[in-house]
This record gives sequence, C-alpha cells and structure tokens, in this order.
Amino acid sequence: MDVLELARWQFGITTVYHFLMVPLTIGLAVLVAGMQTAWVRTGDVKYLRMTKFWGKLLLVNFAMGVVTGIVQEFQFGMAWSEYSRFVGDVFGAPLAMEGLVAFFVESTFLGLWIFGWDRLPQRVHLACAWAFSLATVASAYFILAANSWMQHPVGVELVDGKPRLTSIWAVLTNNTALAAIPHTVAGCFAVAGAFLVGVGGWHLWRTRDDQHGDDGDRPVWRASVRYGGWVGAVAFAALAITGDLQGKLMFEQQPMKMAAAEALCHTEQPAGFSVFAIGDVSRPDCEDVKSITVPALLSFLAHNDFTSEVRGIEDLVQEYRERYGANYPVDDRLGELSGQPIDYVPNLPVTYWGFRLMIGFGALSALAAVGVLWVTRRGRIPRGKWFPRLALAGIATPFLANSFGWIFTEMGRQPFVVVPNPSGVDGVWMFTARGVSGLTTGEVWTSLITLTLVYGALAVVEVFLIARYVRGGVAGVMPPEKPDGTSDDHLAFAY
Amino acid sequence: MDLADLWFCVIAVLWLGYLFLEGFDFGVGMLMPVLARDDTERRVMINTIGPVWDGNEVWLLVAGGATFAAFPGWYASLFSGTYLLLLLFLVALIGRGVAFEYRGKVDSDRWRRWWDRVIVAGSLVAAIGVGLLVATTVLGLPIDADGNRVGSPFAAVTAESLLGAAALVGFALVHGSVFIALKTDGDIRHRARAFAIRVGPWALLPLAGLLVVVQLTSGKWWTWTAVAVVLVVAALAFERLTAGREGQAFAALGVAVVATVVALFGALYPNVLPSTVDPAFSLTVADTASSPYTLEVMSWVALFGTPAVLVYQGWTYWVFRKRVSTAHIPPVHVP
Repeated sequence: MDVLELARWQFGITTVYHFLMVPLTIGLAVLVAGMQTAWVRTGDVKYLRMTKFWGKLLLVNFAMGVVTGIVQEFQFGMAWSEYSRFVGDVFGAPLAMEGLVAFFVESTFLGLWIFGWDRLPQRVHLACAWAFSLATVASAYFILAANSWMQHPVGVELVDGKPRLTSIWAVLTNNTALAAIPHTVAGCFAVAGAFLVGVGGWHLWRTRDDQHGDDGDRPVWRASVRYGGWVGAVAFAALAITGDLQGKLMFEQQPMKMAAAEALCHTEQPAGFSVFAIGDVSRPDCEDVKSITVPALLSFLAHNDFTSEVRGIEDLVQEYRERYGANYPVDDRLGELSGQPIDYVPNLPVTYWGFRLMIGFGALSALAAVGVLWVTRRGRIPRGKWFPRLALAGIATPFLANSFGWIFTEMGRQPFVVVPNPSGVDGVWMFTARGVSGLTTGEVWTSLITLTLVYGALAVVEVFLIARYVRGGVAGVMPPEKPDGTSDDHLAFAY
Repeated sequence: MDLADLWFCVIAVLWLGYLFLEGFDFGVGMLMPVLARDDTERRVMINTIGPVWDGNEVWLLVAGGATFAAFPGWYASLFSGTYLLLLLFLVALIGRGVAFEYRGKVDSDRWRRWWDRVIVAGSLVAAIGVGLLVATTVLGLPIDADGNRVGSPFAAVTAESLLGAAALVGFALVHGSVFIALKTDGDIRHRARAFAIRVGPWALLPLAGLLVVVQLTSGKWWTWTAVAVVLVVAALAFERLTAGREGQAFAALGVAVVATVVALFGALYPNVLPSTVDPAFSLTVADTASSPYTLEVMSWVALFGTPAVLVYQGWTYWVFRKRVSTAHIPPVHVP
C-alpha cells in the first residue's frame, strides 16, 4: 500500500473509533443533566441515583472520547498537510472555534461537575452539568460545519488557486451543515437512549421477582428504561426527517454520492428505490444485479415528486470527466496516480450497503425503543429471557447505524477530499490523492499500527470497565454511608 | 502591527497557557514515584490536578487549532515534518489521560501499578515531546521551498532540540514539585519542597542552555532581557522557596514561563518555522498567515472567548484551592 491508502485507512480507523465514544458522550451528557435537573426540582432520590449511575458510565466513556479526539486535531497537519495548506484559510476557523468555545467549556465544567458535588451549591453544580453537556453539542456543531464545508464548499472565493474565506456566516449556516448537525445529534441521542434501555432493561428484568424492595433501585431502572425508550423513539423521528432533508440536499449537491448509495447505473425517470440487491453492485454496467425495488420512491426522495428524473452513475462520470478532467495531472506528488485516469465512482459495495445498513440498523433501534415502551407500559416487567437479551443487543444497533452512516458519507465523496460545489466557485475542490503529506510509507505504517493497537487495547479496557460498573448497579457508584464519628474531611470524589 | 503579527502573539499566548498549566501537570506525573511513599500519597498527588488537568490540556488543542486557522502553512509543515515524534507525544497523552480516569476504577494493586507506570511514562514522554516540538519550531527543520521536510523522519532530533526536551523535563520537575508543595499538606509537602530546593537549580540548567542557544542563533537585543528575567525570577523562586513561601515561588516560576515564551517566540519572529536547508525557504508570519478576513473573524472569537476561558478556569482553581492531604482521600469504593 502507498502513503495515500495508508493515510486513508488511518483516518478512517481513528475517526470511526472516535465516533464510537462521541455519540454516547453527547447523548448521555444531556440525558444525565436532565436526570440531575429532575432531582433538583423534585428532590426524589431516585433521580439522584440515576444521575450518579449514568454519570459514572458517562465518565468512563468520556475519557476515551477525549484522548481519541486529541489525535484528530493534529492528524490533518500530520498526514494531510497538502490538504491543510489548501483549505486552512476556511477549515481552520471552525476547528479553532470548537476548541475555544466548546472544548474549554467541556473540560473545565466536567472537572467542576465530577469534583464539585460537595464544593458547589446545588444549583451551580447543576449549571456545570448543563454547561458541560451543551458544550458537547456545540463542539459537534463546529466540527460538522467544518466537515460539511468539505462536502459542499461555500462562503469562499478563489485566490492564487486556493479557497479564501469571504463569509464565516455562510460556512456556519451551510445548508449541508444545518441538515447534518441535527441528523448527527439525533443519532447521538439514539445511542444514549438504547444504552439506557439496554442496561436499565437488564437490571429491571434481573430484579423482577424482588417484591420486598430488597433491590431498592427498581424505580431507577424503570425510569431509565422509559426515559431511554422515549428518547430513542423521538430521536428516530428526528433522524428520519433530517435524513430525508439531507438526502434531498445530496441529490442536488453530490449527485454521485446519491447515485452510489443506490448503485444506480443508468439515469432513470421515474427512478425506483432499491431495497436489497443480489449480485455484485460494483459492476458499473449493472449486469448481474437483481434488486428489489420500490417504484418511483427514489424520485420522490430526491425531489419530492414521483415522476422526476434521477441521474445515474454513467451519466455523471461523463459529466465529471468533462468538468474535472479525465486523467490526474502529471505530478510527482501523486505517485502512481500521476497521469492515470480518474475513477469518479466511489466504492459501490461500501456506499450501497453502508446506506442500507445505516437505515436498517436505525430502524431496528427505533423498533426496539417503541417495543420497550409497549412491553413496560403501566408498570409491567417482561418475564421472558428474551427481554434482557434483546435490550442488551439493542445497544449495538444505533452505534452500527452511526458508523455506517459516516462511512457512507465519507467514502461516498471519493475521489474528492473537497467536493466541488455545483453552484459554487470554480476551482474550489481537491482530489484526496492531492491532499496527502509527503511522508514515507514506513512512517504511516508505524502510526497506523500504533494507533490501531493502542485504540484496540483501550477499547477492551473501556468495555471491561463499563461492564463492571453496569453489573455493580447503583450500589457501586453511591458513596457508602459514613459511620458516625468519622471525619467529614474526605473529598466527595478523588481519583 | 497587522493582524498576522497579532495572531503570532496569540499563538505564543496559547503556548504560554499550555506550558504554564501543563508544566506542573507533567511534573506531578513524573514525580509520583519520587515523592509518594504509598498509594494514598500517590492519590494525593494525582488529585492536586484532578479537576483541572483536562482543561489544562485543551490549551494544546486550541494552540494546534489556532495555528491551523491562522497559519495553515506552519501547521502543515511542522506537524507533517515531525510526524513520528508527534505520534509518540500523542500516544503518551492518550495513555496519560486514560490512566488518570481509569486508575481508581478497579480495586487491585496490580491494576493501579500498571496505570501508575502509564502516568509516569506518559508524563515524561509527553514532556519530552513538547520540548522537542517547541525547540524545533524555534530552531528549524530541514524544509524545502514547498515547506516539506527533506531530511529523515527524525530530522527534528538534534542536539539542540534534545536540549529543548531536557529543558522542558527539568522545568516540569521544578514546577511540579513547587506546585505539589503549594497544593498539599503533610509529609508530602515537605518532601516536595526539599526536592525542589535540592534538584531545582540543576534541573533548570538545560532551560538556561536552550535559551542561550536560541539567543545565539536568532536572538534579538531585546529578547536578551527576557532571558535575564528568566534567570532572575528563577533565582528568586528558590529564595522564596527556602523562605517557606511556596505561593510566591510558584508565582515567580510563572513569570519565568512568561519570559521564556517571550524569549523563544521573540527570537523566532518573523519566522514561524526556519528552514535549516536554506534561510530563503523559512516559513514566515507573512507567508503562512491566513487571509485578513479569516484573521479578523478569529480575532473577534478570541477577543470574547479568551477572557471567558481565563475567568472560568481561574474560578475552577479557586473552587478547588484547598490543600489536599492524605486525610482527604476517601477509601476506594468501586463495584
């Protein structure tokens, strides 16, 4: 493999890894702040116990989210220096704002929240929880605005062959970003909701025969499951609406990505939506592919009109060759690709199946959320073994949907790292092959292997710790009652 | 002064914030095996920075992000040119961050011993990494006309940059031990103070060496005054420490950080990354700066953002101002 391929694998692995931790942090942070608010307002100790239990799991996860995020901040310059030089004038601004506006708030107020239980007045402590959790959402806003600019560059002019920022407002209100942000944040809530349902459901089932309140925490588990179920259901509704919006923008702004999502070879009018394909979708001529199709649905998804035309890959390739060239320029920095024909078609099996898996796992997680609200209605506790098994398995579905969604989004824009905006400024686009740093393969192999191993090892540790705290229940996180006569000097929390 | 020069100063201030705050964080980590006698004392040390280490580290992220926004060419050349060193530094930060959070999550000596090793090694390697990075920025890399490194992957490892690494490690040891003396009570406080007095003067020698090397390479007349300030306040810090005034010693060392950053970045200006191949290839403030509009936008963000950060981070230090001692450490309680 050459530097380009290695650097792409590395960015993919580290980002997918980072985005396993991030959605749980964002979703759970806001939900925990909500639990603490319920406690402060009602004084019901059930909510305090919920806050403590889910807060502990949040912290175990947060640590990993932070450290994997550090690498991302530097990886642009390390492995993608040509890209960084090209887009720096625009791309750096949201990144720096994210640091200054969101990361500082997050990290500082999280510290105050963890250690401030007995140092701060109750309401100030609660405000710290909100500051921290809203900052996680704010950081998502800035980084998604940066990413959306790569998908649909706006607010720039071309000076000396490079995009130059003319309006930060245009970048921060890019319609691509305004659709991507609620979609991603809703995905985060789906993760947190499924987590509450899975863990809470397992505990609820485990203590089902406990009539005497020996396990005093049953109200905690019941409230968690119901809370998680509602969050998951509402999140899915938001995901469906924002997903449709994003799809319509994508047809307009990145037609190739949408055609690749459907593996739609020929332009069709009206076009059907492929539900499931049998055969090799990567054949550009569509031979051998049998697809179960809903007629005219794709036309509707694209343009809100059941009869409209949807352009296929063959047509688009033709157009891209005319607009952006048939061959890569002859340039030493492009290595083996120098002078070679440009492949404008993304990796079709990945985009086609990634899109379907995202929707499929998303739908499964919605089904689980609605199902759990039904089976736990009016104080019921399902007695069958299927309940805890399905609830725990359900935790994985929104994680998978998130990962496949991002893999589809990012691999669907290849071979571009900055996708040309059809109604934007000419020349503001960049091939991925042109963005990579002039490193040796040895260097990138080293970092790829190191980061994969370190991340892998830490993932094992995190899952081990989370499982341990989940099993420990609320008793494992509540401070033990102090026997009389001991000093009150102890910190409420110490590492 | 135009906006590009202003942003050069902002980047310097962000590095100043990082070096000031993470200096003692690294010191605390490295000194764990030296100053603590048992697990409770190790926990005392970790908890002196418990609520703040994460916020301290964000200064590095923002310094990186701000460099990307204001000087993309600097960001791209420095970080791709020092690729493997940066990787080592990042891995150290990863391990260290996770170790703080996970160390107390399982009640087992073996578990704690492993994470303690990660904290010590992570703090040491990260301090070395920051030292190399700062020294390389000031002293230069072999870069060509396009800003790309022409030397080996380890081109940034030179005698001078290793001196920078030693300077940072040494300073972190002093800063960390004075910080612990200031933030703890009991035996550990006295041990920390004794350590700072005994080892401090030697530990600061590499820093003095680095400052002189940088001055001789690219110093200006006025940056010599900053070097002089470093030497004076460092001496003052020891005098105050022996007098038992830990707070004043810590403040004096803070002034030393400020003067060090002024000396280093003052010597660097108007370059941002000198080329050791040909001075004509050096990256300068003017060549690598973003457009005036981007810098203006960033200036507004920084104008409102930075004071807010200083206020609430200062408030955090105020909230957790009490000294920590072994009596404050609660028993381990894990599931």
